[in-house]
Order: sequence, then C-alpha cells, then structure tokens
Amino acid sequence: MNNPIAEKLTTNIDSIDVNVIRADFPVLDQKVNGKPLVYLDNAATTQKPRQVIDTINEYYRRYNSNIHRGVHSLSEKATAAYEAARETIRDFINAPATQEIIFVRGATEGINLVAQSYGMTNLKTGDEIIISEMEHHSNIVPWQLLCERTGAVLRVIPINDDGELKLEAYQSLLGPKTKLVSIVHISNALGTINPVKQIVDLAHEHDALVLVDGAQATAHTGIDVQALDCDFYVFSGHKMFGPTGIGVLYGKTDLLNAMPPYQSGGDMIKMVTLEKTLFNELPYKFEAGTPHIAGVIGMGAAINYIKSIGLDNIAAYEHDLLDYASAAVSDIKGLKLVGTAKKKTSILSFTLGNIHAHDIGTILDHEGVAVRAGHHCAMPVMERFGIPATARASFALYNTREEVDTLVKALKKCKEIFG
Amino acid sequence: MFDLKDLYQEVIVDHNRSPRNFGKLDDADYRAEGFNPLCGDRLNLYLKMDDDRIQDISFDGSGCAISVASASLMTEALKGKTRDEAEKVFHEFHDLVMDKKQGDMESLEHLGKLAALLGVKEYPARVKCATLCWHTMHSALEGYTTPVTTE
Ligand SMILES: Cc1ncc(COP(=O)(O)O)c(C=O)c1O
Repeated sequence: MNNPIAEKLTTNIDSIDVNVIRADFPVLDQKVNGKPLVYLDNAATTQKPRQVIDTINEYYRRYNSNIHRGVHSLSEKATAAYEAARETIRDFINAPATQEIIFVRGATEGINLVAQSYGMTNLKTGDEIIISEMEHHSNIVPWQLLCERTGAVLRVIPINDDGELKLEAYQSLLGPKTKLVSIVHISNALGTINPVKQIVDLAHEHDALVLVDGAQATAHTGIDVQALDCDFYVFSGHKMFGPTGIGVLYGKTDLLNAMPPYQSGGDMIKMVTLEKTLFNELPYKFEAGTPHIAGVIGMGAAINYIKSIGLDNIAAYEHDLLDYASAAVSDIKGLKLVGTAKKKTSILSFTLGNIHAHDIGTILDHEGVAVRAGHHCAMPVMERFGIPATARASFALYNTREEVDTLVKALKKCKEIFG
Repeated sequence: MFDLKDLYQEVIVDHNRSPRNFGKLDDADYRAEGFNPLCGDRLNLYLKMDDDRIQDISFDGSGCAISVASASLMTEALKGKTRDEAEKVFHEFHDLVMDKKQGDMESLEHLGKLAALLGVKEYPARVKCATLCWHTMHSALEGYTTPVTTE
C-alpha cells in the first residue's frame, strides 16, 4: 500500500477497468503546461463522459424544442426525454413519486427554494434552524437571510478535530424550538460522510424537518431518500458527470404541496386571468419558465452512466484510491491532512508546512495537476482549524494510482522550491 | 514553456520566508486593510508620515508567497518616498503587471527589485496576489486625511 510505484495499472478493483472509463472522458486526454492532465478537482466539478456530451449534442442537433406546450413532434419528443430524465432521477434516489423531483439550477437553488418557500411561510421569531460547522456557504447564507427576515435563530453543530460532527452537541441543540435541520451529506472541504439517517431520526423525534445537501454525495454513494426519510434532498448535475446549471430538489409530496411557489411565470400555472392565477400541480408549480431542457436530459444521461458502472463499484474503487493516496501523502514531511474522519470519501484536503495553498496550486498546475486551493466556500471550516486555506485533491472514478504518484511528486517539488 | 523559477525567483522566496518590515507600527498615522475574498488573503498596512513623506511603513497579515513577498518588497521600495513618488511607483508597477505597458529598460530599472514580481503576468489568476498590497497602499494614501481610529 505504501509503495508509491503502482505495480500494475490500478486495476486491483476488478469491476472497474479504469482505462476503459478514461476513454469515455475526452477532456482527460490532453496536456496542460506540457504535462498530461491530472484532474483532481472533482469536488468542484466532475468531467463529462461522451455519453453525456453526445446526448446533449443529439438533443440540440435533432429535436431541440420547447416542452409541455407544443403539439408538434419535436416538442413531444423533447417533452418525453425531459420527463424520462425526471423518472430516471426519481429511480436513482428511490423517491416515492416522480412529482417530487423538482428541477432547479443546482444544490444552491434547491436550498434557496426551501428557505424562501418553506422557510418564509413556516418560520417565526424564536424558531430554530440547525446547521453544522462544516457547511458549504450555500447551506449557511440562505438560512442567515431567512433568520434575518423571520427572527428565527441559527444554531450550529460543532465538529471535532477529525472533522466529524459532534453528535452529542447536536442532540442537545435539538428541542421544541427546532423547526428545521439542514445538513451536508458529505463535506466538500473535509470529505466527511455524515450519519444522515441518524440525524434525520433524531430531528424527527422533535418534529423538525431535515434538508440534506447531497451535492458531494450523489457521484460517490447510493442515495435512498425513503430509507433516509429526509424531508428534502438537494444535489447538482455537474458534480455527478452531468452538465452545469441543472440540479434537483427532492421533497416529500405533502410538504411541497403546502409550499407556495418560489418563482412565477409560465409553465407553473394552470390558469391565469388578470385577477387571479391557479397554480399548476407538482412538480411544475416550482418550475417557472422554460427550463434547462438540455441540462435535464444530460443529467439523466449522467445517471445512466453512473448506473452502467454501478455505485458500489465506484465507491469501492474510490475507496481504494483514497487509501492509496492517504498512505502516499503521509510520507511527505510537513503535510497535514485536514479532515480525517473515519468515514470519508475520496477527498484529501491538506496543508503543507508554511507553503500557502495558492502557491501549491500554481506549482501543481505547472506539473499538469489540477487541484483546488482556497477555502472551498467553507470559511467556517477553515476558521475551525485555524488556517486560511487548504489545497484539496478530490478523486473520481477515472483517477488512477499513477496520478496519485504524480501528485506526490509535484508536492515534493513545492517543498524544493520553498526549501 | 514558462519556467516556475521565473515566478518563484530567489528574491520572492527570500522575502516570503523572511518578510521585511513585518509587524504592526504602533505609532502609525494611517492604517488600511486589504482583503482578497477569493482566497482569504488578508493584509494590514501601516504608514507613519513625516509631512508628505513616508517615514515608516510596515505590514502584517497572511497570504501566499506572492502576496507576502510583494508587500515586503513594496515596503522596502516606498520607505522614504513622498506621497507623489509612491503613487508614481504604484502606477508604474500596476501597468507592468497588468500588461498595459511593455517593460522597457528604463521602467524596469525604476522598479528595481520589484521587477522580480513581473513573473505573475504569466499566471492571470495570481496577478491579484501581487497587486493586493499596492491597492491597499493606494487606498491608505487616498484616505490620507482620515487617520486610523484609535481602537
Ligand atoms: C457540499 C456542497 N454543497 C453545495 C454546493 C453548491 O453546489 P452548486 O454550486 O452546484 O449549487 C457545493 C458545491 O461546491 C458543495 O460542495
């Protein structure tokens, strides 16, 4: 495990042939700064397989048309593809009903929708919303704004030195005032996988609703919203091999039905007179205006791609890669991992001596290695660990042990330059 | 291909490791704060004026090698300069890193050690790191008539 020179081409997880997978991702086959691209910024956005690119291409080339309104053939075809993707997504997260899949721009918009529509209607002065110290800014700021407007109060679950939630603290935060818990499934800054089921059960004991931010989860682990029993679940297409600009809000039917529209316009109405409007039913009530049709169809293709490989295989492969990478970087003197939870996904966030993350990012880029350097939109996490920034390598199913070795070599170069 | 050594020149590595004029000036007349929300770099600049002349200048804060070295080199370059002279160096430096002007021998000579920072031109994402301290200095001088509060 410790040997940085992989003996053979990474294929010790038999069910994944990484060379076949890499061939599906055209972008990987290029040089950056004269070196083969090593793309390790998957937590920011994943690359797209040709199956997704081709599907989008085909939509624009062969049947581009608006949906739900034309009686002509192209429109019918586009509508069918759009709604088929919704069903694919429902199945993927095991939602009970297709109408519970609402298309939004991404995880961020999903959270904002719930904060605006559910929050503004149901929260009042003194009510409490619980989030955690490891949230992405998109799961902090909408609640802060909501609190400002309603007088509700934001409570925060602290994390320990490994980057795990302190569950006892969570339990003591829960109480009769708790109305909503909004929690990240997998942390983008730390890689921690949170015990979402347990969090949901505890919240429900106090009649509080739970929103789960699954932006980092859906490409790495199977989601079953019925087993989790969460009330809302949000995720983004671009972090799971699909296009940018499209994402999903899942919500339980009763809740969604009781919520007022978030935006208004075409498609979300049943009938409009100049005096009054009758809103459309779910999911259209929340999908005002012409949606990102190509995005939805592309996201469906991305899910089919994931299914064709199998999430269990992906998780096993990535876990092996994470173990290999964790061992490999542990040999680098001065390297300190930030986020060492017992349960984590393939994210390595770290500091390296006194070398600033941005300098690491530039030097690595020079070696063809793309990582993220900064606060990862999780400034409270940085504050918790008393650091301004980390460098973050995040792996996907197309990354290899050889790429990890390149990363390690490039990190050693950083140390050489800064001596 | 561009060499990393052109970015992380000896001078820069050195000024990052042991920044000059680092720390708070207790009797500063003016202070300004620079912040780069993109990367979290934060820097405080302290100026002690003798009439129109920068008698003393220092900085503290945290940032990447480029931003720390740039601030360190800037304090060295500006100590003893008048306000107008400082503004002139600011514009000269700014135009060169922003690639608004080709560096001729004369302007490079003016810049002296500061020329070591011109390597950032090849790294558009890093130009801001080199200019943060200069903008902070500029706003400190602009707000010349508003002394720092005695907090
Ligand atoms: C944990 C987490 N939540 C939310 C988001 C926001 O996702 P998006 O920008 O796609 O809306 C991200 C993206 O970085 C994330 O990592």
